[in-house]
Amino acid sequence: MSAAHQEFATKWGLVIDIDKCTGCGACMVACQTENNIAPEQDASNKLRTLTWMNVYELKNGKEFPQAEVAFLPRPCMQCGNPSCVPVCPVVATDKNEDGGIVSQIYPRCIGCRYCMAACPYHSRYFGWFDPVWPEGMEKTITPFTSTRPRGVVEKCHFCHHRWNQAKDAARIAGKDPNNLPDGAYKPACVEVCPTGAMAFGDLKNPKHKVYELSRSKYAFRLLERLGTDPQVYYMTKRDWVRRQGDNYLPNEKA
Amino acid sequence: MSFIEAEKNWYPEGVSRCGLGKFLGWLTILAAVLAFGVVAALFIFIFGIGVTGMDNYFGFGLWITFDLAVIALGAGAFFTGLLRYIIRIDELKDIINLAVIIGFICYSGAMLILTMDIGQPVRAWFGYWHPNVHSMLTEVIFCITCYLTVLIIEVVPLIFEQKQLNKIPLLHHIAHNFHVVMPLFAGLGAFLSTFHQGSLGGMYGVLFARPYAFREGFFIWPWTFFLFVLSAIASGPCMTVLVCALMEKMTGRQLTTYRVKSLMAKIGGTMLLIYMVMKYLDTWAWITNLLPKAGLTFDQMFYGMIYGKWLMFLELVVCILVPVIFLLVPALRRRPAFMYWACILNCLGIIINRYVFTVQTIAFPVMPFDSWMTYAPNWAEWATTCMILAYGGIIMSLAYRYLPLFPQEVRLNK
Repeated sequence: MSAAHQEFATKWGLVIDIDKCTGCGACMVACQTENNIAPEQDASNKLRTLTWMNVYELKNGKEFPQAEVAFLPRPCMQCGNPSCVPVCPVVATDKNEDGGIVSQIYPRCIGCRYCMAACPYHSRYFGWFDPVWPEGMEKTITPFTSTRPRGVVEKCHFCHHRWNQAKDAARIAGKDPNNLPDGAYKPACVEVCPTGAMAFGDLKNPKHKVYELSRSKYAFRLLERLGTDPQVYYMTKRDWVRRQGDNYLPNEKA
Repeated sequence: MSFIEAEKNWYPEGVSRCGLGKFLGWLTILAAVLAFGVVAALFIFIFGIGVTGMDNYFGFGLWITFDLAVIALGAGAFFTGLLRYIIRIDELKDIINLAVIIGFICYSGAMLILTMDIGQPVRAWFGYWHPNVHSMLTEVIFCITCYLTVLIIEVVPLIFEQKQLNKIPLLHHIAHNFHVVMPLFAGLGAFLSTFHQGSLGGMYGVLFARPYAFREGFFIWPWTFFLFVLSAIASGPCMTVLVCALMEKMTGRQLTTYRVKSLMAKIGGTMLLIYMVMKYLDTWAWITNLLPKAGLTFDQMFYGMIYGKWLMFLELVVCILVPVIFLLVPALRRRPAFMYWACILNCLGIIINRYVFTVQTIAFPVMPFDSWMTYAPNWAEWATTCMILAYGGIIMSLAYRYLPLFPQEVRLNK
């Protein structure tokens, strides 16, 4: 619907096979620890959590024995035409040539939450409270990711720091840091997934697994017709799951 | 001379006011509400906006609704200024001071709320330092602060015209010279205000991933840009009439003629008619074009009682069509009950409009497997919102008591 699409030479993308995902939540935990997300004081309030990676439960709405369940992990979609970027009044969030990853500059964010209002995937999270690490637990904070104060919006960035590390490793090995081999750069969620439901790589590089996967006839993206052009693809052979991936009208074919 | 006697010398020439004790009693009630709001504001500043009722689904809530509503209702200031100083409708000189004070209260109040509403208040100036020219909010930030400055410039001569202050030659001359250049500021105010009223609408219209609010449009502006401008200039004059009527009721004095109020109401009604035509066309295009394109139906936009269709019916029919008839049929407008009810409905309609664009827009589950969420503001949001209302009440009370707001007051109460 909007025509502000941006295209770059490298396009990091995630392909998630919903038929393989068991909903174990390992990706959520890996994301939290990798990105220094402090434990919540009241973790029972799911509407105040900082879950950059969230696993949704999908149901086909039928009774037993036809009842089926699927799990849909939802990171930031790193949209090609992000709804969040043009609305930010202070350019705290941007879509740039860094592999098409939508960035978030925490020290720039004023906390107006306009990006949250714009994002239909709820993939942006606001720091409602000061992050507090229980005594001793502060030792788990990784130096590779910044911690955030309360009052700013945070989001998944495909563990961007891991890309920097992969580029450094390539430079040390005398290889081209801008042409990384498949698997040289993986976000924490992909690395930890026990069923191998997640694949990550350059969607434009034919040598990367995601190149083929994203072009599969079983691949689809969330809310495609809104025109956000996500860099996260889902795969499923189940028609009812695909119907829940976008707002199909009753008489429409998924 | 006692203080009570001395205080009387501060009243505008030839008017009478209630006793100082009664006035202080009234101020104390307002101050109590204000103080409770200040406590809530301190909570918010110390512990963060996690103390409010907002959450990850509702990043926008009561405060944004309140901001949008008061800024629309405060539009009487710039629109009346435009009509008085640029279009030269001289009759409006009898109510322009009130409109300017209401505008000042609404805009400064909205700014005060915003200091709490952003997660990092000390970074508020980033809006000027790192502006994103593509963001409608940037335009709002620039226009709203520039316009507040214009409003302050418009209020200053009114303050300097206070009987005792005006005896000071410097202040007298400043007030006089500001009056001379007032058409310039009226024009500037109208320009700035039109753009930020529009941008407030544009803020929602550009949310292309939020089908409840998204609108296609004209050039870089979605339709909501123009709808917000029109609805603001339709409700602003009616809000001014209502405040004037409320002040007359509370003080027991006639402050302007019914003719002036009726003229303001007629202007509001005319603008509301234009808005009605545009809004109905916009709603039709949204239902028949935009929603099917997003794979959605009209019925999916509503949920239960809290986000029900009744709200839309109330906004579009009861609060637009009915007041248009009441305000534009002369026989009805001449009857106070019809005119005042029309003004109330007009203002209520704009509040509902701002509410649904803020809350219902983000409550709607765009992802099919997501669900409708509900939002209720908590004590901290209500207390700070009421704090702004009390702030407005205090400013208005002081302005009425000490400033020459109503040129007709002396003559009408002889």
